[in-house]
Amino acid sequence: MAKQDKDATFVGDSRVSAKRIPNISPSYSDFPGKNEPFWPNFLLKEWMVAAVCLVGFLVLTVSHPSPLTDKANPNDTSFIPLPDWYFLFLYQLLKYPWAAGDWVVLGIVVIPGIAFGALMLAPWLDTSKERRPSKRPVATGLMLTALVGIFYLTWAANHEYHLAHPDKGKGTGGKEGSSATAPAPADTSFKADALWKAQTSCMGCHGKNMEGGMGPNLQKIGATLDAAKITDVIKNGKGAMPGGMIKDDAEIAKLAEYMAGLK
Amino acid sequence: MMQKMYDWVDERLNITPMWRDLADHEVPEHVNPAHHFSAFVYCFGGLTFFITVIQILSGMFLTMYYVPDVINAYESVKYLQNEVAFGVIVRGMHHWGASLVIVMMFLHTLRVFFTGAYKKPRELNWVVGVLIFFVMLGLGFTGYLLPWDNTAYFATKVGVQIADSVPFIGPYVKTLLTGGDILGAQTLTRFFAIHVFFLPGALLGLLGAHFVMIRSQGISGPL
Repeated sequence: MAKQDKDATFVGDSRVSAKRIPNISPSYSDFPGKNEPFWPNFLLKEWMVAAVCLVGFLVLTVSHPSPLTDKANPNDTSFIPLPDWYFLFLYQLLKYPWAAGDWVVLGIVVIPGIAFGALMLAPWLDTSKERRPSKRPVATGLMLTALVGIFYLTWAANHEYHLAHPDKGKGTGGKEGSSATAPAPADTSFKADALWKAQTSCMGCHGKNMEGGMGPNLQKIGATLDAAKITDVIKNGKGAMPGGMIKDDAEIAKLAEYMAGLK
Repeated sequence: MMQKMYDWVDERLNITPMWRDLADHEVPEHVNPAHHFSAFVYCFGGLTFFITVIQILSGMFLTMYYVPDVINAYESVKYLQNEVAFGVIVRGMHHWGASLVIVMMFLHTLRVFFTGAYKKPRELNWVVGVLIFFVMLGLGFTGYLLPWDNTAYFATKVGVQIADSVPFIGPYVKTLLTGGDILGAQTLTRFFAIHVFFLPGALLGLLGAHFVMIRSQGISGPL
């Protein structure tokens, strides 16, 4: 607390000094350069910057309603989770074999621990008086490397997600409860061919008329996969879908040919 | 009249030094975009705070409709989104603001890092800033679950699994977060409490410390 005169008087029984400091602004022209007072000169400019940002923010909000997918269903095994974008780099890191499985401690504790620990302890790791980035190449280099890493991992996570789910990831807002991650709406008038109806094991998950169920809707599968890829999925499975449900190669070929034609 | 009211309060509380510190202090030339356009990089911290204020206000309005239990959470968000007047805007601001605040904070961190502003005597303020970053990430993680839709549920499930695989403390962290064996009713209530009470409390304390330190140390000088 401020030093008090020995014979200072106080307001009543409080510790507020009775001697008042006059409220006169300092002369800003005495400071070096073009200093100006925070209130009101600089604050006004800050508010203008904030107003411009707020307009951009509101345009984004109005043009892109926030997404809302279907109500959480813990039994929906076909749902592919994806964390919010700013966690993607950590999520992607844990997908690499050298940072997962037996090495998960590396991906989950060691690498992020070193990175964030170094960030927090930066003032004690970089103790030189020099402040220009070009004069402290180690700090600048490490930060740039980390930035490239974060950007790459985020991009890679997003890229892999879109490769695996070409039909997903187009944000549509939450108005109808349908969104990026909901399956394509089933066409109820669609009638599957007899080739499909013969495959009861497929119908169990993909529906009588390929409208989807446990598995995705296949009514327009030809638009995304060709016959060779469909054959591969039938034989080897994909995600939660088991392969080898149909044994006869000729049968698979006929079915794949039919499905590739659905567009 | 105003002067009299000011004097009356000042006589009792001595507010002039406070006013000097909060409002009537100097802003150096090198951080003022009006003088040097490149100084806009010094705006990121203020913009982070600005969006944080928007997050707090929009979040307060969201809690007027949101119901933190597994049966009603999703329905209440859907109602807010589709029925309530301007609900879609308020939720939109909170949703996109959560991303923007991370972006702004990231840019602010880079500005401070590349201008070497964390060096003596500002080490402690840097540490507080990094803690604010962690609290913000925590707010993002816990807030993501609250709409209780599929995206939220499965993203959180993955997050909790990741926490669970940390050696030694992982299982305890998982129990702390989920409140039980599965991701369910307990988890939603916990995430709500963490998102609305614990982390904002920590955030406000840290922000206060951040600003007090800026005021007592001033802005770092030009490069």
